[in-house]
Amino acid sequence: MRAAGLVTWILRAYVCLALLFVFAPIITSFIYSFDASRYAAFPWGGFSTQWYGEALADPAVASSFRNTVIVALLSASLATAIGFAAAYTDYRYKFFGKNAYLALALLPPTIPAIILGLAMLVFLSRVSLSGGLHSIIISHVVYAIPFAMALVRLRLSQMPADLEAVAWNLGAGQWLTLRSVILPFTLPAILAALFLTMAVSFDEYAIAWFVSGFSETLPVHILILLQREVSPKVNVIGSVAFIISMTLIVVAQIILFARAPAKTRGRSFKTGS
Amino acid sequence: MTEPLLALDRVTKLYGDQIAVHPLDLQIEAGEFIAIMGPSGCGKTTTLRMIAGLEKPSGGEIRLRGARINDKAPWDRDTPLVWQSLALFPFLSVVKNVEFGLKARGVEAKERHKRSMKWLERMGIAQYHSRPVDALSGGERQRVALARALVTEPEILLLDEPLSALDAYLVVRMQAELKELQRQLGITFCYVTHSQSEAFAMADRVVIMSQGRIQQVGRPREIYRAPANRFVASFIGANNMITGCVRDVGDNKAAIETPFGVFQVNRSPGQTVRAGDAVTLVISADRLSIGQDDVSGPNCLRGTVIGEEFVGAVMTLHIDLGADTVFRLQLQQHALEQLDIAQGQQVVIGWKPEHAVLLPES
Repeated sequence: MRAAGLVTWILRAYVCLALLFVFAPIITSFIYSFDASRYAAFPWGGFSTQWYGEALADPAVASSFRNTVIVALLSASLATAIGFAAAYTDYRYKFFGKNAYLALALLPPTIPAIILGLAMLVFLSRVSLSGGLHSIIISHVVYAIPFAMALVRLRLSQMPADLEAVAWNLGAGQWLTLRSVILPFTLPAILAALFLTMAVSFDEYAIAWFVSGFSETLPVHILILLQREVSPKVNVIGSVAFIISMTLIVVAQIILFARAPAKTRGRSFKTGS
Repeated sequence: MTEPLLALDRVTKLYGDQIAVHPLDLQIEAGEFIAIMGPSGCGKTTTLRMIAGLEKPSGGEIRLRGARINDKAPWDRDTPLVWQSLALFPFLSVVKNVEFGLKARGVEAKERHKRSMKWLERMGIAQYHSRPVDALSGGERQRVALARALVTEPEILLLDEPLSALDAYLVVRMQAELKELQRQLGITFCYVTHSQSEAFAMADRVVIMSQGRIQQVGRPREIYRAPANRFVASFIGANNMITGCVRDVGDNKAAIETPFGVFQVNRSPGQTVRAGDAVTLVISADRLSIGQDDVSGPNCLRGTVIGEEFVGAVMTLHIDLGADTVFRLQLQQHALEQLDIAQGQQVVIGWKPEHAVLLPES
């Protein structure tokens, strides 16, 4: 009994340490973004929002932020649409080479981003599509599709086996069935996929750095800032970027899991028949 | 000759080299309540799904009013199905579920709602029309599934074990309601079930299937009183069987020699048996009489009571006849009380020659 209690405490401490290890740098960056002194050092130089003011006033930050948002919105929409189609293909059809299709479709996140970025750069310049926002969008779509596909597949796997056939049986053709049964059923996963792929694109710098040319996104701009000077503005940008992408992911989680226990909930206001 | 509403002509279904349905012939008339009954894996659901177009027959022809429908897509047929799982759309309200079939046929929104509400009223659940379907009880959801299938006013309704998810007391009530509904609508119900009580309680005709083949088609009473073969005899009701061979053949009688003695049996008209043929005698459990040391008639047997089951007003006694043979005997609870029979007691059982069915061994 006591041994088990001890193990529990050790495991808890372990989880806390692991979380601390992950979040300490981010928290540090967040704290120093409000530090009045120019160089991050102990003790703190006093509370200040000076660096937030400077970061917001910097036209390079503003334009890279705008680029990031455009890229994130467009690549998330495209990646979700393609990811949905890929997942539905997997759900609906049996065909030769399906396992190879799945492996290829889910592969991109397992490739190191540097290699994917380099490959995208080489490929996009061959087809004269490199060096602009559109190159980042294309690359991020490729990178984010598997995330969207995985979420939609998960939802489709929870769909009652007969539901599609029910719609056919009631006179709905395949197109109407897709619109009126598959889409509403997978809607939570589609929304979650939109937010998740947005977060994926928002964070990604390695691929963007390779293919962007002069169209910097925010993470690329941070990298460049760090190479040029040590400015506390980096802490500000980092903190804001972190808050935005965490928000996107949390929203994705809430959408995906909020509706799950509806079945048990409904039974409570059952009325006698 | 008039075409039946639905005709299955040598219809088969293969999955790889597994035969799910052997060449099958079946005619379903307009307005009848037909039940297809059999153990799981007998091909009954596959047959139903072929009628609905959800499975493609591997051979043969399915005709609706004389027109071949083998290659018609499921959405081009009007053969709505009530699913075993009910399979209501979880993201739609009750009335939107019912409206689905009308929407698929392009009926405009106001008309859709009006017609759906009419069916919900008929099913007695109109007050729940705006609820999500998972807020309803099992019986209510059952009615939504029925309304959804009937809203397009089809000629034929297919039902795949629709009552299997309900509580026992609801099953009996829904049986009566379904039968009444079918009578009022006058449309064809094609009802698949593994339950003899459901099939016999509702259907005008029952089709018994086993291992992808039809074993017998007939009215419930015919099947119950005259099973066509050993499978049907053992699958339905409580039938007792003993094997033997024919000793003498009379005008419309025969004497059968069995390990338990020689028994007299009436031959059904047209049944030809010869002396020496191997046969099975089938005696329904409710046709047996019982006494402490005597029963009248030519056929009687001695045995020991080894068990009893109490099912409401009817009792089933298990009587060991020796030689690994146990007969089941059903009688009314009050009749048993008068006989004063206890477990372990020696008894005599008997039956009239006209109450045994003679099956040629095949």
